[in-house]
Parts: sequence; C-alpha cells; structure tokens
Amino acid sequence: MPPFIRIQNISKKYGVLQAVDAVSFDLEKGELFSLLGPSGCGKTTLLRILAGFEVPTSGLVEIDGQNMANVDPADRPVNIMFQNYALFPHMSVFNNIAYGLQRASLAKNEINHRVEDLLKLVHLTGMGERKPATLSGGQRQRVALARALARRPKLLLLDEPLAALDKKLRSDTQFELVNIQEKLGTTFIVVTHDQEEAMTLSTRIGVMNEGQLVQLATPNEIYENPKTRFIADFVGDISFVPAKINRQDGDYWLMDAAVPIYAACEHNLEAGKSITLAIRPEKITLTPEASGKINEFPVRIDDWAFYGAGTQYRVTGPGGIKLKLFQSHNQPSNAQLRPDQIETGFIHFAPESIIILEDK
Amino acid sequence: MRRNVPFLVKLLAIIGFGILYVPVIMMMIYSFNKSKLVSVWAGFSTKWYKELWTDDILITALYKSVLIGISSATISTIFGLLIAIAFVRFASFRGRLFLSLVASAPLVMPEAVTGLSMLLLFIAMEASFGWPSGRGIDTIMIAHATFGMCFAAVVIQTRLRDMDKSLEEAARDLGGRQPFVFLSITFPLILPSIIAAWLLSFTLSFDDLVIASFVSGPGSSTLPIVIFSKIRLGVSPEINAVATLMILSISAFVILGSLLVLRRDGKK
Repeated sequence: MPPFIRIQNISKKYGVLQAVDAVSFDLEKGELFSLLGPSGCGKTTLLRILAGFEVPTSGLVEIDGQNMANVDPADRPVNIMFQNYALFPHMSVFNNIAYGLQRASLAKNEINHRVEDLLKLVHLTGMGERKPATLSGGQRQRVALARALARRPKLLLLDEPLAALDKKLRSDTQFELVNIQEKLGTTFIVVTHDQEEAMTLSTRIGVMNEGQLVQLATPNEIYENPKTRFIADFVGDISFVPAKINRQDGDYWLMDAAVPIYAACEHNLEAGKSITLAIRPEKITLTPEASGKINEFPVRIDDWAFYGAGTQYRVTGPGGIKLKLFQSHNQPSNAQLRPDQIETGFIHFAPESIIILEDK
Repeated sequence: MRRNVPFLVKLLAIIGFGILYVPVIMMMIYSFNKSKLVSVWAGFSTKWYKELWTDDILITALYKSVLIGISSATISTIFGLLIAIAFVRFASFRGRLFLSLVASAPLVMPEAVTGLSMLLLFIAMEASFGWPSGRGIDTIMIAHATFGMCFAAVVIQTRLRDMDKSLEEAARDLGGRQPFVFLSITFPLILPSIIAAWLLSFTLSFDDLVIASFVSGPGSSTLPIVIFSKIRLGVSPEINAVATLMILSISAFVILGSLLVLRRDGKK
C-alpha cells in the first residue's frame, strides 16, 4: 500500500533562488507532522505547494494515492489554516465556516448541522452570528480551524497556527489542537519556526534549512541526536566545544578539547579528526566542591538568571570554554546552591550526554 | 493637543483659504440677490432659483450632464476596476509597463490635448466607418469615460492592494472558483472604493467644460457649456443660482465619497 501522503523530490525555484530543494517524505494517516525551520527556509513555500497555490518546479505530491499535479486548489482534499486566519471580515462566523460546505453543494440542513457540530467542537456554540472583528484572537483562531476542517480534508495544513496568540493562550490552544486532531484523525502538517511548538505538538518533525529537509525524526530524537550543528543550535539551548578525536579509552572516546573530555559513541570514530562536541545545559551539574567524577573541571561563574523552575548559568571553564548550564530546582531553591554566594564551582556531565557533531 | 501656531502661519492660512472660498461664498450670497445686477445687493430673494426652474435651456443641459455623468461614470468604473485587477493581481504580463503608462497619462494630460485628440479621432472614425455620426451626447460620454477610467483605476487599485491576498486564497482553498471568489469575497470588500471611484468619475464628468467643448455637437451642450456661453452674454444672477446648486451637489458627492473611503480605512 502506498503511503497516505507522499512528497517526492519536490523542488521550487524562483529565478535563481532555490526555495525548496529536493524535499521528500511520507506521512501516515492521522499523523501530526511539523515542518520546523527559520523564516525563509522554504517551509511556507512547501505548504503552498501542498495546498496548490504554487506549482513545484519538479517533484510529485500524492495524497491517498492520488497525484496532485494539475489539481486545482479548489479540488484538492487539502485545506489550509492561514497564519493570519484570513477570515472573511464581511461574513458572520457561521457563513465563514459554511463557505466551503456551500461550495460542495450540500443540502441546507446538512450545512447547518455540520456548522453547529464544528462550532461545538471548537467551543464557539452560539457565536455563529458574530462578525470576526468582534471576536478575540483565540476565538478567531478557532473559527479559522473550524472553517478549515469543515470540508473534512484528508490533509490539513496549518501555517504558524499559534503565532498570533499570546503565550498563556498558546499552551492551552496547543493541547486543544492536539485533542481535536486525535478526535478527528485528520492528518495535520504544521509549519512553524517555534521549536517548542513543534516539539509539543507533533509526532514527527521535519527540520528545514535553506530549502532542504535536514532531519526528519521524532521530537525526542531531534533534541537528543541532532544531525547537524544547525539543528542542535536551532532546537533548544546548547553549548558547543571544538575538539579533536584522540583515541578510544575503555567504554569511551577521549577528546582533546581545551580539557580532555570523555564522550560516548556507538560507532567507530576516526582518530585525529576535528569535531564539535555539543551539550545541553540541563545535562551539566554544578557543585561547589569537586567530587572526583569523570568529565569534571573547575569553572568560573560569569552570569546567572533565576527562572523559577531552575537557574541558568553561564560559566567559563579551563582554556576559556564557555558553557551554558541549567540547574533545576528539584529542592526548594533556597536550600540548594545559591548562585549569588559563589563565584567558582565544579561542573561534570555524563559522557553519554555529549552529542558529537562531525564537522563537514 | 493645543499648539501655538505662529501668527504668520495663521495669517497665511487665512489669506489662502480666503482666496479659495470667499468668492464662492460671495457667489452663493448673490444668488439670493433681488437685483438683476450681479454686483449690487438689493435684498433677499429666491426668484433666480424659480427662474432657473423654468429655464428650459438650463434644465435640458442639466439633464444631459446628469445622463452623461451617470453613463460615463459607470463605464469608467467598470474599466477602472478591470485595470486595477490587472495591475494588482497579476504581477507580470506582457505590456504591463505600456498599460501603466497609457492608464496614467490622461491623469496629467492637458484637457485641451485630450479634447482635441478625441475630436480628431471621432472625425476620423466617422469618415472611415460612419460612426459616431456627428458629435453629440455619445461622443462626450466616450471622452469622459476615457479619462474617468484612469481616475477610477487609481482609486480602486489602492483599496485592492491593501486587501489581504490570503482571503482570496482561503476562498479558493475552500472550493471557490472564479468568478465566484471575486463576487463573494473581493467585490464586497472593495465595494466602498468602487462607489468612491464612481462618484469621482461622475463629478469629473459633471463639471468638465474643456473636453466637452471639443467633442460636443449641436443640441448636446452640457451644463458647464451652457453656463460658460451664458456668461459671455453678461452674468445673470441665474448663473449664480446654478453654480450654487452645482457646488452643493458636487460637495455632497465628494463628502459622501471620502466618508466611504474613510469608514473603510477606519475599520481596519
């Protein structure tokens, strides 16, 4: 059986600009997939190709076994929720949602019935007669979602669905979106530049940069095993340490950085090669005294910031290595190490928590 | 917010507006003059308005002006809308630069040039295929529609360019096809600018003297032509009355037009 959504070698060129560069991936039915990347990486162009607003220079899009080439946007089993929602300002909420159903020539009472169901789904029952201008940002977003779902698309595209909402509302809406997606079983593709949004929403993430799909994996995999320095840097906080591979030493590999660092690696490494070591802030532990563990060295605390759930530090180690670290307050914060009382300390981290990025 | 405006600026403003509006106000006042002499006040009277009402030449001219105004404004608006759509919705097409030059040239062309060239065209057309036979209401209408269309295009273009393009895309995405998308989404949203364009074209046509003088024929004198020819025989207070009515109706149109545009912009 062919995959539900098949995107094969899609490229789009605008003059000399390669907006999308040979992107291929398959999606299963009911997946919530995110396309993550900085602005200008080609993710929105890819979305517009899927919706049918742009014609790819080359490549193939198949939805449920049907080739989408030469299929008008009006006829695709695909609907899109625009970033600015694009609600029709001169129509009521009801008519906005009913627009696509009326185009499908459904019977009037069937349309009424479906719109009422959708209003209920997005918790806007009784708001049908309101005009979009009288709604709050969150309500408008839900109208846009209901309108995009009205035609029961096989694939729903969401362009930065949460970008226009404030932070508090965003997390509620996020869970709501996942709930609705699970309830309906529709395949979602979410385009976003917000890595947190991509991680919390999706089952799988495709990271894009400069028109290319650089990694496609689960959120967990992308966070723990980023393929390139770009992804490591783009997704979450991280510190980089340049190093050279020295030799295998027991279970670990010895790396020559400003200090010797032990790293775990499952495959064989080539001695003498220059690499970049990367480590997430929460994987580093800061203690006032040395404890004799592996990968331990003294640091000077340059800066710290209290976040409530934890404290973030910027430290400088031997040889001028700069690292970011995050100590979570798993004890009442005043019982732990007080950042305002110390200027130096010791850090250590497990060799398994180091990400080895092979320089290109 | 109160600001201290320097005395000189105030004075210049008063002089400026004075030069603009005092003659108009004087003219309006003198339209209620009892005397036949325009410059001597002899008491209040509305007799010139009554006389105007029974002046067949003026009433016929008014009727013709309104007829020409309505029809040429309608043609202008339709073509102006098409030009605006071409410019705003189609990024590149063959002859785009040429069309933009052609469509904006009449905005800056001296009216005498437009009028004369129209006249020559009509004569040449009549000589080669017999239409339009002679000059009359139809030729004035065509000439007015031609330059009104450029103004209409500018007004509608502004609004169309401001309109969010994703609204049309959303409509297409939801299964809408042209021309339905245009009629259900674009048209209602740019309607105020279409009305404003119509009012502007009507006003331009209604008070045009120069172009109409070139392309009018016997029996097709518009109101401005009749007024102008009457003045050459000596100014009658009746003319003041006509002019007062024209100014009031045109102001009403202009204010209505601006309000429509403002209301739309204020909503955004």
